[in-house]
Amino acid sequence: MTRSPIRDALLCPSRRVFLAGSGAFVAWAAMPKHSFAGQGRDPRFLTIILRGAMDGLAVVPPVGDPDYPALRGDLAIGTGGYGKTLPLNSFFGLNEAMPRFHNLYQKGEALIVHAAATPYRDRSHFDGQDVLETGMTGPKASQTGWMNRLAAVMPKGDGVRPVTGLAATATVPLILRGDAPTLTWTPPDFRPAGADTVQRLLDLYAQQDPELGKILAAGIATDKLAGDGSNPVKRDNGVAASFRQVAAGSAKLLLQDEGPRIAVLSYDGWDTHANEGAETGRLSGLLAALDGAMTALADGLQPVWKDTVITVLTEFGRTAAINGNEGTDHGTATTAFLFGGAVRGGRVLADWPGLKPNQLYQNRDLAPTTDVRAILKGVIRDHLGVSDRTLTAQVFPDSIGVKPIDGLIT
Amino acid sequence: MAVEDAYLAYSRFGLGPRPDDIAGLRGSAKAALIAEISAPDAALLNDPGLTDSVTAYAQIREIQKARKLARQAPAASDPSMAATLGPTANIDRNGKFSLPGVAGAQQLMQAEIAARLERIRTVPIGFVERLVGFWANHFAVQAASSEVVRGLAGAFEREAIRPHVLGRFSDMVLAATKHPAMLVSLNNATSIGPDSPQGQRNGKGLNENHARELMELHTIGVDAGYTQADVTAFAKILTGWSFGQNQKPPADHGRFTFHKQAHEPGPQTVMGKLYSQPGIGQGEAVIADLVANPATARHVADKLARYFVADLPDPALVDTLAHTFTRSKGDLRAVTLALLDHPASWAAPAKKLKTPQEFLWSAVRALELEAKPNFIVRTLADLGQPLWNPPSPQGFKDDAATWLAPDAMAIRVDTAELMAGQAKGAGDPRQLASDVLGPALSPETKTAIDRAESRGQALALLLMSPEFQRR
Repeated sequence: MTRSPIRDALLCPSRRVFLAGSGAFVAWAAMPKHSFAGQGRDPRFLTIILRGAMDGLAVVPPVGDPDYPALRGDLAIGTGGYGKTLPLNSFFGLNEAMPRFHNLYQKGEALIVHAAATPYRDRSHFDGQDVLETGMTGPKASQTGWMNRLAAVMPKGDGVRPVTGLAATATVPLILRGDAPTLTWTPPDFRPAGADTVQRLLDLYAQQDPELGKILAAGIATDKLAGDGSNPVKRDNGVAASFRQVAAGSAKLLLQDEGPRIAVLSYDGWDTHANEGAETGRLSGLLAALDGAMTALADGLQPVWKDTVITVLTEFGRTAAINGNEGTDHGTATTAFLFGGAVRGGRVLADWPGLKPNQLYQNRDLAPTTDVRAILKGVIRDHLGVSDRTLTAQVFPDSIGVKPIDGLIT
Repeated sequence: MAVEDAYLAYSRFGLGPRPDDIAGLRGSAKAALIAEISAPDAALLNDPGLTDSVTAYAQIREIQKARKLARQAPAASDPSMAATLGPTANIDRNGKFSLPGVAGAQQLMQAEIAARLERIRTVPIGFVERLVGFWANHFAVQAASSEVVRGLAGAFEREAIRPHVLGRFSDMVLAATKHPAMLVSLNNATSIGPDSPQGQRNGKGLNENHARELMELHTIGVDAGYTQADVTAFAKILTGWSFGQNQKPPADHGRFTFHKQAHEPGPQTVMGKLYSQPGIGQGEAVIADLVANPATARHVADKLARYFVADLPDPALVDTLAHTFTRSKGDLRAVTLALLDHPASWAAPAKKLKTPQEFLWSAVRALELEAKPNFIVRTLADLGQPLWNPPSPQGFKDDAATWLAPDAMAIRVDTAELMAGQAKGAGDPRQLASDVLGPALSPETKTAIDRAESRGQALALLLMSPEFQRR
């Protein structure tokens, strides 16, 4: 029943519809360039959130685990007569919908962490995303997101202006909410409103409603920064195009001298309760779209690729076994990806918990063995130069027992 | 005070004033709101041009079957051969299939939206429509989840939500839970008890999506203390809650049915209570307990106060609504009256940012805009709040943290200019500002409108003024 939701969503082919319908959003925080004063580095750091809980076992299947085929039945790609996988190592394969990510892996620019999870265990999407985005140990513990707090503590380099958040979406995701200012942007569709009208509104807001004024000014400035406000790009349909377009636009902004340096992209649609389609179908289509977005980022960021790290995270995984509808229900551990020229890749990191019933979390889900915060702390410390102490105090509170993973960055 | 309350009646509780509304309101504002909810069948929408869900489902199935046949035929890839597929089937240049004379999901939804638009333009205040908006979003179906949900989303609102917005919450929960649009959107239609006859026969099994969201989103809320085991047990209890699709008898198609063959047999424990009823009674008993749980009263009261009054409503108001909900056993008319009766509902400053839908509806009314359904569909999508198609089963949020964002506001300006350009019927912008903003019109906004360089610009400034954006 949930087959092809994206195509069905296209009631109305306007650009923003389509971004909203496919749930592809971008948000980012800007920082002054030359952030690592004197080191000649100007690193980029992006997070891609896959909302809805991506099924890690179908994306990076443990084809070498003897218990895997029986659990997955018709979804057990990479075994016997079912869909093929791209080889990662003797134990794991990669869903063949992601050939370009596989290329990056072979070039040593992509790394996969398996059996990873946030500290959240209760299987609500909304609370799970809350924990993923706030960086806290439980839901509703903070009104601010960890990337916003990161923006506040990142080394300022030579720059004196405050680090500013910028979002290429109609709304600011929780991960970027907080004191560091946030802008938003989506690819323009309408002819932009007359400059004179906007100026009059800004004047009115300045007198009467400074909050509205600040936000509107940021929105107008961002359309200018993206550079194609007066020349809307040709409309393009389909989930793959929308994922790619958001990625390409983000890359363009991240390349600007005065543009953002940290960013969030967000792609919806991963809640595969029925007819999951890991081989051909819904999940496969989403993965292909993600693969395209990854390529758009890698291509667009080529000039700064060696100083770029991109993480791909989801709120939790899905049940180890398929459910009654060739789909999977909400689970626990899943996969996280890292890619970029600064990633020491070509590896799958996994303290593999096994798939026997007593090895599963609550006899049902892939058990978590790596805390997502350990990955993020390792990346941020080594890529952005934020100390472990600051990370534990401000970016990921209550994570003192979560040690950063060493050696993720070249 | 009277004129301030009249303004609030329209802007906070209603769909926004039309030009003559505030000046024309006779008697107290509260009395006018109570009169609106007291009119018989005020919430129903029985437009003869609309299609009930049984008929809509049959049409969608007919199209799906014909489409499948057409695609299987070797000629399907060649549009010029479409004529050979049958006397009625049609494939256009984009490969889009249609059956002339049979309305599909998209046409069904357009008709539903056209009927809403007409209601929004003509209803005196629109308090009942705002209530409908709240409850339809509380029991959100996602049009994007499938063709069936898209085609039935409007019928879902008319059949499962509207009859109960001033009735019993328990009736609304049951109606929503049993409606094909919800059963498809949250997958319960295909959830099968592993030990049921059907589960044993074909190895199909449980899908816990609907059970989880019924607890988390529709009733007790995520913090009510239930566990995974409770969700699984409830999912088993709900197996068999489905609707007629392909199986016999055809009379059941598109209607809720309890499929005994798919129902997990035996007693189940949910939140410490054993449910051993046979059949559908088991699920109905759980739902009755969920509805009666005090956590549901809190959950609903908090959401309702936020939706109408403020992002951070007065706790006393939330308490009163929750108590009323509990004491009246979920009588939504009583809860609605309690909202109108509470001083905090009227005393809160008009600072709540309108959601995109609230902005658009109030703009259409203020400008008396002859907007086409296509324009509404597209604009709501651009603004980020497409009708019946939220990004998750949680529905749309209504707080400033969600909507007060740079790009969202820039799109509002674009939209305001577009509507201002289409507002042929609107009178003098200076008079209109005074008519629809009433006592809220500030000297600054008045000056900005007075000095605008064109009528269109003046109207755009009116729509984007802080007092029109907030309520």
